[in-house]
Amino acid sequence: ELLRLQRQRLGSAWPVRGQTEGEPLDVYDIVISGGGMVGTAMACSLGFDPHLQGRKILLLEAGPKKQMDKAPEVFSTRVSSISPGSATLLSGLGAWDHIVKLRCKPYQKMQVWDACSDALITFDKENLQDEMAYVVENDVIVAALTKQLQTLSDQVEVQYRTRVVKYTWPRPYQVADSIPWVQVTLASGQTLQTKLLIGADGPNSMVRREAGIPTVKWNYDQSAVVAVLHLSEPTENNVAWQRFLPTGPIAMLPLSDTESSLVWSTSHQHAELLLQMDEESFVDAINSAFWSNENQSELVEAAGSLFRTALTILMPNGTSTRQLPPSVAGIGPKSRVMFPLGMGHASEYIRHRVALIGDAAHRVHPLAGQGANLGFGDVASLTQVLSQAAFNGKDLGKSMQHLLEYETDRQRHNLPMMAAIDLMKRLYSTNAAPMVLLRTLGLQATNALPPIKEQIIAYASK
Amino acid sequence: MLSRRSAQLAYRLLTSTSTYRPALQPRLPVQQSGRLISHSTVDPAEVRKFQALASKWWDERGEFGALHAMNDLRVPFIRDNLLSVHSARQMGSPLSGLRVLDVGCGGGLLTEPLARLGADVLGIDPVQDSVRIAELHLSHDPALCGRVRYRACSLEELADEDEQEEEGFHAVVASEVLEHLADLETFIQCCHHVLKPGGSLFVTTINRTQMSYILGIIAAEQVLRIVPRGTHDWEKFISPVELETLLESTGFSVECIRGMLYNPVSGAWSWQQSTAINYALHALKRREEPQSDRVESESEDEAASRSTA
Repeated sequence: ELLRLQRQRLGSAWPVRGQTEGEPLDVYDIVISGGGMVGTAMACSLGFDPHLQGRKILLLEAGPKKQMDKAPEVFSTRVSSISPGSATLLSGLGAWDHIVKLRCKPYQKMQVWDACSDALITFDKENLQDEMAYVVENDVIVAALTKQLQTLSDQVEVQYRTRVVKYTWPRPYQVADSIPWVQVTLASGQTLQTKLLIGADGPNSMVRREAGIPTVKWNYDQSAVVAVLHLSEPTENNVAWQRFLPTGPIAMLPLSDTESSLVWSTSHQHAELLLQMDEESFVDAINSAFWSNENQSELVEAAGSLFRTALTILMPNGTSTRQLPPSVAGIGPKSRVMFPLGMGHASEYIRHRVALIGDAAHRVHPLAGQGANLGFGDVASLTQVLSQAAFNGKDLGKSMQHLLEYETDRQRHNLPMMAAIDLMKRLYSTNAAPMVLLRTLGLQATNALPPIKEQIIAYASK
Repeated sequence: MLSRRSAQLAYRLLTSTSTYRPALQPRLPVQQSGRLISHSTVDPAEVRKFQALASKWWDERGEFGALHAMNDLRVPFIRDNLLSVHSARQMGSPLSGLRVLDVGCGGGLLTEPLARLGADVLGIDPVQDSVRIAELHLSHDPALCGRVRYRACSLEELADEDEQEEEGFHAVVASEVLEHLADLETFIQCCHHVLKPGGSLFVTTINRTQMSYILGIIAAEQVLRIVPRGTHDWEKFISPVELETLLESTGFSVECIRGMLYNPVSGAWSWQQSTAINYALHALKRREEPQSDRVESESEDEAASRSTA
């Protein structure tokens, strides 16, 4: 009777012959812990994969189901810059159509410049027709993926408002009657078993912590202030702006013709100050951060303009004129928020029967807008690896062979990116003249060399 | 230091000019003891060897590590060749609906992957302990339990019982088995018996060449310890040509033979042109009687066996 009820309630999961008397535990092939952007994308990706049909897949999410029939009036402050590579993945999952219908803003150009000098670098694709990236609210992405996940209800089971309280790890070798699977204990008291556990539970990942995977991490002593900005006048708004101030980068990403998203990374004290200011002062601070030239030293200016002249002779097309971002008139209601910034990298992405994806594996500074993209890259790589393993009849969690392939592939991609972002952050965190000079000349030189810029764009677009 | 036996073998190796043996005889005298039922293909000495290693089957880094790694070649080999004959019924279960016999399944290393691909697999092995390990490992996975059965018996016993079974198997897999047998001819005949007409036979085994002695015995067993000492007896190795001849005369047509190579540094297998050491073979049970004059545009061996039939 108990068996029958269990089976009915839990749908298609099969019970295991009793380890404990009369209480069947469900053995899943894959359990994904964490239903954010990356976790939900992973669930969709596995659900759609032809070689994984018939496998028991479960997504566990502590929060409620996020549904959205149309985009809300007010823009959300949490947005991501989605690269073309991520857009391709989302498109393959059928979620991109929903995103476009809900709300998304493509931009064709990005200008990055220094507060301490005149150096700047602009990124754009050959002809301004191609999009460089898309600014999408995180909620929109999750809602779109959730909608697609609903079409996969036969392949993927989802449990919302479900919190995990404990993970129990199996031994890597068979010992008599011990259970070889990962055991997941939920707040409700129910225990599940799975052959592979995918940790998509964010920067403070419980999976990573409980598995004892060491993490290299540090806090930047910075917080990010995010807000939705109302522009002074409507504009084509297809450029992303980022200026490196001595206290940290301030970025403006387009949301629509009249609104943009602010991400201002600065010290904790300054961030708190910004949050407490009245709206007018806050708006003034933003405009001044983008427009004022008070941080420039004469030495650097002189050296900079000399170098620029030289470049103009050598590479006539290599210099760009500095444009100014649109001015800000106001901010969205109740939209000022701050959160602390840090960097983290798990030294291993995998263990026996465990794999980490997204922020659980790597946490980056938002200055390059790459966080979500790295996560989506993980999804693509891990799906591919698991698909091939399933087609070869492998036990998905056991073989360190295919999981190792995933780890190597992603670390090779993620580490250089993270190192570059971290380097940028450190390089631009000072207004000591030598560093400023170095980065000024470096930036100008990079701007003048299309091949390098193209490489950067290509790498970030994956 | 080479033992006297090894020295004798080495001498014979160096003076032999070819590995082709035209006439096949059973390699060892058939041993019958009061306790064992006479199944002449099983060599009791081999049984004892594997009994001692029974608990090591599922340790991927243990004695059977190379066999685990071999799945990377043999599972796709079996899967793809079966798919070319029977198209896939279901995505995610390419081999669903197919009945497969895994002879000499040991701890179930190859049985489980085949079942994961959807096949219904019967794994048999004369070593009781191995079968017990296989069943224990299987018991934890409910998804596979319904598709895999194990039996501690020899192929002959199964073939004898087969009279009661209406259907044969779609495929018989004899991986790393031939080189441990007492009577190869009877074994092949039993394979033929239990297969459906048009069914597939998959074999992976070791060639009998100088190379396979140097790499397969000396290097693998004595120097690098990739397999436990004494696992293999070079005399029992069989060349692809001999095997092909034997198969063709027993009513099989050999579809393909591919060489395999093990890299002890990376612990991985790869396909290679040369069959000098390890090789894999796929044969189909011919739908007609073995003695028919079916017209084939293939090798002279074919013609030779036909004319002697």
